[in-house]
Amino acid sequence: MAKNTDLDVGYVSKLARLNLTEEETRRFQKQLADILKYAEKLGEVDVSQVDAAAHGVPMFNVFREDTPCDWLTAEEAISNAPHKANQLFVVTKVVE
Amino acid sequence: MSRSDLPALTIADLQSLLRRKEVSPRQVLESLRARIESVEPKIDAYVSIDFEAALKEAETADVNLPLGGVPIAIKDIINVAGQPCTCGSKILAGYRSPYDATVIEKLRAAGAIPFGKTNMDEFAMGSSTENSSVKVTRNPWDVSRVPGGSSGGSAAAVAAGAAFGALGTDTGGSIRQPASLSGLVGLKPSYGRVSRFGVIAFASSLDQVGPLTKTVRDAAMIMSAMAGPDRHDSTSLPDPVPDYTKNLGRDLKGVRLGVPKEYRVEGIDPQVSAAVNAAIKQLESLGAEIVDVTLPHTDYGIAVYYFIATAEASANLARFDGVRYGYRAKDPKDLLDHYGRTREEGFGEEVKRRIILGTYVLSSGYYDAFYVRAQKVRQLIRQDFVKAFEKCDAIVSPTTPEPAFKLGERTTNPLAMYLADIFTNTANLAGICGISVPCGFAKENGSQLPIGLQILGKSLDETRILQIAHAYEQSTDWHKARSPIALDSK
Repeated sequence: MAKNTDLDVGYVSKLARLNLTEEETRRFQKQLADILKYAEKLGEVDVSQVDAAAHGVPMFNVFREDTPCDWLTAEEAISNAPHKANQLFVVTKVVE
Repeated sequence: MSRSDLPALTIADLQSLLRRKEVSPRQVLESLRARIESVEPKIDAYVSIDFEAALKEAETADVNLPLGGVPIAIKDIINVAGQPCTCGSKILAGYRSPYDATVIEKLRAAGAIPFGKTNMDEFAMGSSTENSSVKVTRNPWDVSRVPGGSSGGSAAAVAAGAAFGALGTDTGGSIRQPASLSGLVGLKPSYGRVSRFGVIAFASSLDQVGPLTKTVRDAAMIMSAMAGPDRHDSTSLPDPVPDYTKNLGRDLKGVRLGVPKEYRVEGIDPQVSAAVNAAIKQLESLGAEIVDVTLPHTDYGIAVYYFIATAEASANLARFDGVRYGYRAKDPKDLLDHYGRTREEGFGEEVKRRIILGTYVLSSGYYDAFYVRAQKVRQLIRQDFVKAFEKCDAIVSPTTPEPAFKLGERTTNPLAMYLADIFTNTANLAGICGISVPCGFAKENGSQLPIGLQILGKSLDETRILQIAHAYEQSTDWHKARSPIALDSK
């Protein structure tokens, strides 16, 4: 197990595209360190012979015919957009 | 009975009145509206209600359908076409669902009327409903205490007699724990039994929709209407849906109930232990055979759960980027500023904390040590249950270590809040089904606080745990007790 002291909340918040205040960063650093310390017990378990479980119920690919059906209109699909024009999402500029 | 007493009825009793034409679906809705108006200021269970649309549906309701004319409250994480869906979050303030979740389509097809949305911990992250950005819901048994969470609004509404039944979601206990704390029946179906399509995702390998009701029969009725495969959810299981009410009333002769020694942990409230032990004796007197079982990896459940659930949540909540729906920060100077501030301003504290933890456990260099290891221990937890179910048909335990706690008591200590899920979250990790049924009361400073008995069953063995829960329920009077708010003057 990695040591919980490795956690750098400021760095992880950048990965998560989630700004935090300095106060939140300090508080989470402490609280998450406590949680990671609690979780160190997972290191005790011998998992050398165990396959990882992605689901509680073993599942495999599920296929179906790709048949078109009635679904949202363009207008309905953008009905909740914070900023829209001409039936399109208006986004923050991504290229100079 | 007078019209104002209608909302105290179970779904089964309401259905008989409707079918005998003693009341109309419209009268039912109007009495429910009056009831909600009178108790809502005390409990704050609902975040939005659309009675006008519901009354229109009531006009054409076919009372001969399985849930014909029965109003059902819906946790605000499930999309109901035309109604708001906030997930208790500022980031979805103003959002209106463009479509029905599959569970809502199915309930409508069975005649039910989804009339209103209930409060919840933001994105279902919490065990008290205090993490809602909308308001704080209170427990109808003692309004200074939490109703449990994250489906706390659904629990409080039903426990206050302000809903006939409700839907919740359960990722680590979020149906069973509030049911236990609010004196209700709460069922978490096996993973894949109920479609998740149209249910806003928290942790996709753990989430399930289920009912919170006054009785086991009501839970079985909702399940029969709601379960089944869905072409829109590839994790829904193809197995045919049984009539979940069919085994209700069957006795417990020959039923083997496992009691795991690992659940006799320190920190369980003595009143909870006493009530659960008495319930186990009662089940034995009803013909069940009690056997010792072992679930050796129980102690790792919380740690595994918080790595897997937060990892999945950090990925699922990436969709809240202020582009296609939801809140967007004002005047972003570039795209990173747009994302960073939209999410900073839109998400509450617990959601942020879990996104950070989930992002960390998935990040380069830590993925194997945290996330993959947690998935391996999850496999061991799953195998524990498989082995235990070779010796027994179902497993009994407390639903929660303690009865309802005070508002504000745990908000500053996330780990203490997480430990409230100790008996519930392994069922989600293993994908099995579980139900909480009332089994007594704890007395605290003059309040009566409900205690829940949890019954866990094999994957897709809902019929069995409903049978056991029903046999127990019908041999006791706990389900007849009404909360002080439910008994309040009309």
